[in-house]
Amino acid sequence: MIETDWLWGLAGGALIGTAGAIFLLMNGRVMGASGLVGGIVDGTDRGMWRETAAFLGGLILAPALLRPVFATETHLTDSLPLILVAGLMVGFGSRLANGCTSGHGVCGISRLSLRGIVATAVYIGAGGVVMALLRHLWGVI
Amino acid sequence: MLRAVSAGVAGAVFGLGLVVSGMTDTTKVQGWLDVFGDWDPTLAFVMGGAIVPMAVAWRVAARRRVSVLGTALPRLGPQRLDPGLIWGSVLFGAGWALAGLCPGPALASLSFGGTGGLAFFAAMLVGMLAAAPFRAALRRAAAPT
Repeated sequence: MIETDWLWGLAGGALIGTAGAIFLLMNGRVMGASGLVGGIVDGTDRGMWRETAAFLGGLILAPALLRPVFATETHLTDSLPLILVAGLMVGFGSRLANGCTSGHGVCGISRLSLRGIVATAVYIGAGGVVMALLRHLWGVI
Repeated sequence: MLRAVSAGVAGAVFGLGLVVSGMTDTTKVQGWLDVFGDWDPTLAFVMGGAIVPMAVAWRVAARRRVSVLGTALPRLGPQRLDPGLIWGSVLFGAGWALAGLCPGPALASLSFGGTGGLAFFAAMLVGMLAAAPFRAALRRAAAPT
């Protein structure tokens, strides 16, 4: 049985891929969220910071403007320590790996990049193991 | 100017896609990783839906010298599976499971994610800054001597 959420996922995914296609074919750049934010944070972006900032601005503003139409919640955990540890790991790990779900996942797999495919397999695997341990074995999350 | 407009449009479409697909909802992301619980396959549909237009774009890019706005197109670098890629992905995946957020959705949900979302974003920036010296060391190690 196909569920509605899966179809929304497919439609939203097509939009994400279209965004990546625009960024690649128009701006000549890879749409990786961690690389775009990280490049501004550590100053490696340099000459591109203006268009990078425009990209990030659109990424933050579009969902804000769409609130009346798509009112979704994040259902983020209430545990501040958990949030902070998770944020540190996501920021540090994605920069060390040079990519996250958008860069290695969407953009890497679609060009059959070995690094993208391996990274995606590793972070999904690691996420699955952590989820199994922390939710089912220790009941933390 | 045109480059900034095009980048802004791409960012907006990305943000729209993340909200529409449900990827700003941490329960859906954690549900995808929760193989032994109430597994939610939505993320696979999002990935599949995104990879198709992106694969077409890469094919188009391969036949062009520069982008429409005249910048160099990114070419595939050496496919080294270095420790940074592996251990960085392990850490990233673990953090992703802990809160159910990765960098794209963290940005897309900034306007409605409350103080928790802001705290995650701030911690993520600190993590990215902390990774800078390690990235530099990896680059030095990879450089031909």
